[in-house]
Amino acid sequence: MSAPVLALSGLTRHFGGLVALDALDMRVERGQIVGLIGPNGSGKTTSFNVLTGIYAASAGRAEFLGRDITNLRAQAVYEAGIARTFQRSRLCLPLSIFDNIMVGNHKRLARGLWFNLFRRAALRAQIEGAFEEARELVRVFDAPLADRMFDAVGALPMIDRRRIEICRALISRPQLLLLDEPSAGMTEEETRELMDDILEIRGRIEGLSIVIIEHEMGVIERITERCVVLNFGRKIAEGTYRQVAAERQVQEAYLGVE
Amino acid sequence: MNAAPRAPLWPGIVAAALVTAFAVAFMWAENEWEVVGVLAAALVAVLVARRTGWLAPAARAFEMREPAMNCVTIAALLVFVAFFHDDHFPLLMVGTVLVYFTVCLGLTIQFGYAGVLNFAAAAFLGTGCYTAAVLSAHTSLPHLLVLAAGGAVAALVGSILILPVLRTRGHYAAVVTIAFGLLFRTFLEVNDTLGGPQGLKLPSMNLLGMTFNDNFIVAGIEFSFYMHYVLAALALAVLAFAVTRRLERSWIGVSLDAIRLDETAAACFGIHLARWKIVAFTLGNFMAGAARALYALMLGFIAPTNFTFGDSLVMVSIILLGGIGNPWGAALAAALVVVLPEKLQLIQEYRFLLYAAMVILVLLYRPEGLLPRPLRNYLPGWRPR
Repeated sequence: MSAPVLALSGLTRHFGGLVALDALDMRVERGQIVGLIGPNGSGKTTSFNVLTGIYAASAGRAEFLGRDITNLRAQAVYEAGIARTFQRSRLCLPLSIFDNIMVGNHKRLARGLWFNLFRRAALRAQIEGAFEEARELVRVFDAPLADRMFDAVGALPMIDRRRIEICRALISRPQLLLLDEPSAGMTEEETRELMDDILEIRGRIEGLSIVIIEHEMGVIERITERCVVLNFGRKIAEGTYRQVAAERQVQEAYLGVE
Repeated sequence: MNAAPRAPLWPGIVAAALVTAFAVAFMWAENEWEVVGVLAAALVAVLVARRTGWLAPAARAFEMREPAMNCVTIAALLVFVAFFHDDHFPLLMVGTVLVYFTVCLGLTIQFGYAGVLNFAAAAFLGTGCYTAAVLSAHTSLPHLLVLAAGGAVAALVGSILILPVLRTRGHYAAVVTIAFGLLFRTFLEVNDTLGGPQGLKLPSMNLLGMTFNDNFIVAGIEFSFYMHYVLAALALAVLAFAVTRRLERSWIGVSLDAIRLDETAAACFGIHLARWKIVAFTLGNFMAGAARALYALMLGFIAPTNFTFGDSLVMVSIILLGGIGNPWGAALAAALVVVLPEKLQLIQEYRFLLYAAMVILVLLYRPEGLLPRPLRNYLPGWRPR
């Protein structure tokens, strides 16, 4: 079998005396959707932040498609093919939908000062091409939204912002998508819609793997093939949703213990 | 989106003609009451035009027919200066506004796009001027290169500040630049080779065999010598405007905005924060330094008192007033800030009070400035099918 998309071994992060992430081992195979669950403060988002170069790892190793990506800079992690969303939406609100998606498209766009300032014809072709592509992607999520590509993101409701955030992460065609609590702040109905979209997009992008942090257990049960449960930074269970949900330790972590 | 019918050009031309007529009337007004009257009339006209919806077609022409409207604007400015072709004072004003505008375009790239606060503008302006003064007095370098050298040295001196600017954010970055600005002025005052507190004189600008400080006659009409400088400043402003616009409407513009709005998210999408901040800071300082060097040649004299913290603040307030990130806003605000105190001598003494009041009023009632920055218009007139 080929190298897994993601292989973490002993990934650790301390903040002073606090161990936010404690020797996490985890594998994601190609095309898999893996859920990352656990109570608040259990280290889920920290693991994303360490993985994407926002925090340095205190110890351990992260491999992406067989390549060591431990402590790469955020920019290099993105270039390697990992894209993410954020728990609290981090879109550029004054900018248009198209602008925001183009932020995520950075690695496929020309960056040279000379090209951008003086090769206007070539730039024009690039803008038109990128626009078509971005609009197609948005259309998969929501057709009416695709007609509003030049609207400011700040004027959109939460669900549309989530969609745009996911589009921003997907436009660069990453191999691995990290979704940090995509259902936060949305109604059940909206969450279901968004999950439909995510499943559809996975079907369209060959070999896309997803790690999703979620609190909604319904979501986890529905879309993940495997999940990893964290508590106090440590992995306490792993398996299908049914398996982990049946484990006593997991129930205790979520419901507390006498 | 359907292809919209091409927006008509004439409302834009009418608007430009009216603004020009107003500007001429304003310049002509002699006593303070006339000035106030013209101003009030203009204000009423704008409000009425907005209420009746007459402003919209003109705004559309500016937005959708941009290349044509840019030419119309330049033509309007040329008509204005032609009106006052032998009158020193209005031409001096126009030259000053154009230079301030160019400097503010530099600050727009720094602050409006990349979000790099620069309260040391005066230091970079001063660097440009002193470089030009020394080079034009002691070398025979062509004056076009002297301007470029002024910009280049300003950008170079700016690189001293790059490290602290990259490592600090928000208020802290502001404090660092303020400190640098104060340091620079003190350096000028104690430095005898650069004239100390007395400053330096600059010779007349020479270009292609023309001596800029002489009046000239074309087709029997005498022109003020300031006309040379106005045309040079206009050329510089047009160049800076084109660069600023193209920068904003490119992928670099997107990257700069992303950096300003959310550094973490920008980094997570591969945008090199340091690289683009350095590019923006350097480019901005270059434009500011070169433009102010031209102004120094126009005035023929520079001194440390031209480069105080207050002068940095005026530049920043122009940007806030006009609308952060909108070049047209910077143009409008530069005209207001430069010309109003000159025409209303009453205000002159309370100039800084007026700036402060204007900035506070704008922040209170129009927080996005007089002309808020519109969404990025990648390709003017382009609407995807």
